[in-house]
Amino acid sequence: MFSKDRWKEILEVLSSNWFRTVLTAFGVFWGILILIILLAAGRGLENGITADFGDIATNTMFIWTRRTTKAYKGLPKDRSFDFRLEDVPMLRERFPELRYVSARNQLGGFRGGSNVIRGIKTGAYDIYGDYPEIINQDPMGITAGRFVNQNDIRERRKVAVIGEGVVSELYEAGEEVLGSYLKVNGVNFMVVGTYKKKSNDGDGEEGQKQIYVPFTTFSQAFNRSDNVGWMAITANDGTSITGLKEAIVSALKEKHKVHPEDTRAIGYFDLYEQFNRVQSLFGAMRFIAYFVGILVLLSGIIGVSNIMLIVVKERTKEIGIRRALGEQPWSIRLQVLMESLVLTILSGMAGIAFGALFIFGVNSLLDASGPVDMFANPSVSLGVVMAALAILTFSGLLAGFIPAQSALRVKPIDALRNE
Amino acid sequence: MPTMIEIKDLHKSYQMGSNSLHVLKGINFKAEAGELVAIMGSSGSGKSTLLNILGMLDEANSGDYILDGVPIKNLNETKAAQYRNKFLGFVFQSFNLINYKTALENVALPLYYQKVGRKEREAKAMRYLEQVGLREWANHLPSELSGGQKQRVAIARAMASEPKVLLADEPTGALDSTTSYEVMELIQQINDQGNTILVVTHEEDIAHMCKRIIHLRDGVIVEDKKIKQKRASEYVQ
Repeated sequence: MFSKDRWKEILEVLSSNWFRTVLTAFGVFWGILILIILLAAGRGLENGITADFGDIATNTMFIWTRRTTKAYKGLPKDRSFDFRLEDVPMLRERFPELRYVSARNQLGGFRGGSNVIRGIKTGAYDIYGDYPEIINQDPMGITAGRFVNQNDIRERRKVAVIGEGVVSELYEAGEEVLGSYLKVNGVNFMVVGTYKKKSNDGDGEEGQKQIYVPFTTFSQAFNRSDNVGWMAITANDGTSITGLKEAIVSALKEKHKVHPEDTRAIGYFDLYEQFNRVQSLFGAMRFIAYFVGILVLLSGIIGVSNIMLIVVKERTKEIGIRRALGEQPWSIRLQVLMESLVLTILSGMAGIAFGALFIFGVNSLLDASGPVDMFANPSVSLGVVMAALAILTFSGLLAGFIPAQSALRVKPIDALRNE
Repeated sequence: MPTMIEIKDLHKSYQMGSNSLHVLKGINFKAEAGELVAIMGSSGSGKSTLLNILGMLDEANSGDYILDGVPIKNLNETKAAQYRNKFLGFVFQSFNLINYKTALENVALPLYYQKVGRKEREAKAMRYLEQVGLREWANHLPSELSGGQKQRVAIARAMASEPKVLLADEPTGALDSTTSYEVMELIQQINDQGNTILVVTHEEDIAHMCKRIIHLRDGVIVEDKKIKQKRASEYVQ
């Protein structure tokens, strides 16, 4: 069926009018090229934006307190309050779906004044009082030593884990960091570990300039008693934090005697919702890429179908002769279908190859000129290429189907009479 | 001699808009194996229609057609293609060679449809080309051949599948008389080997090179006579 003779014949037919064949092939080539480039560009945008999220656990919300705006249970409005440490076990108990509930405290902040001293060097850094679990919610790579552990929490050890950014600013190159002391707001902490966070854009540098100390030590050293600055809450995989947040907020309102309708007293940021919003944006972009790409491809396919119809028309007499000589109808149909298929797949492959080349070019350009915000590593997966090939095969058959049928409708006697 | 073709009360009419054109009005004849029959008639007499029906390119409205004991009736396209390939060889007025295939490939085509292997097919095709004297022209395209050469390639192609009957529709219609005689000489030689051949023609001299002449007029056979064959070689210098 796929004999040498048939291939020879397909090549003979396709090469009998080179210009027309190339023009026809260009339609399909262009369609698949557009599809590949659109998908790759979408993927590049997706990669860029996903990189901004970093490794952070996305099924997470952050929650903090503000002033109340409504009087409730004899308490006045404009009252300020803090979450308390006992809120953490309360939340754990009431919401078993929660994976991590981390109480956090913080010193310093964006462009804060100098608060850390080592010898004659000073720096301004974010100081966090944290539980060991935070490393699962805001992942960081420990490059030396260790992170805060439960013993540090229990014994309120004055230890600190510092970022690579802090190390490079406060230490000479090659200086031993572990075991050295830093003075944070007048209190000495021993450095027991260093970390590096994975991040690739402007925020990344800020992420390396943080200092983590045990939560309990922080509370004692900086006089926070059992108050909690804010909480990072992560739900189990399979449970959406977005679905839980209303219940969490009202539980906290109830506990802290806040009016249930006071929407301003407790602030929160739902990372998961943001993440999902971006994800659905990506979904929409992929849809548009497929939609536009496939429509362009379709016009190419219609071109192929048209040309095949003309080819069949031109070869009416030849088909008549061949049928008079005894060629079977299925063989004629197969011939037309395969011509269409070969034309479509060859030009599609060329489109895929050219698209890959284009992506390669863009990537090396990106590599050469440094990272671009919100755009990284445009690519198409092997799955997409396979899907494109499947679309091509299907559309090649589709393009050949009508011409093949019209070839069969020609009666040999009429075809032979056609002078 | 066994009967090769048997036709009984064959009718054929064409629908032309609201009118029906009755082309064949009851044809009866038998041809034995090894005969060389000329079918003559003016245009519109139905001779080409008869040949098309004999060639299974067209189907009669009523009547029987038995080819070497096989009744040809209610054929679907697949079956018809099979029978044409196995039983019949065609020679046309306008040669009908496939113009992007060489002489050899054209001759090999019916064998390809019989799924004969490539090597064997080419060897066989070459043998038939040699028989019609075109061995050196095997790798030429039809456009590089003269009219007479083209018709000889077409005859070689018709013979390649070793058919029971060779059907020739005005085989000399597009050729000058010298070339016509050469082609008829070839047809006579093939007939001498025992092949049954039907030739449709309207030229008296060509008809007289056959062994039997059937005259058609207005869809009926008006005359059916055996004649003394004139050898084409007498005319060829």
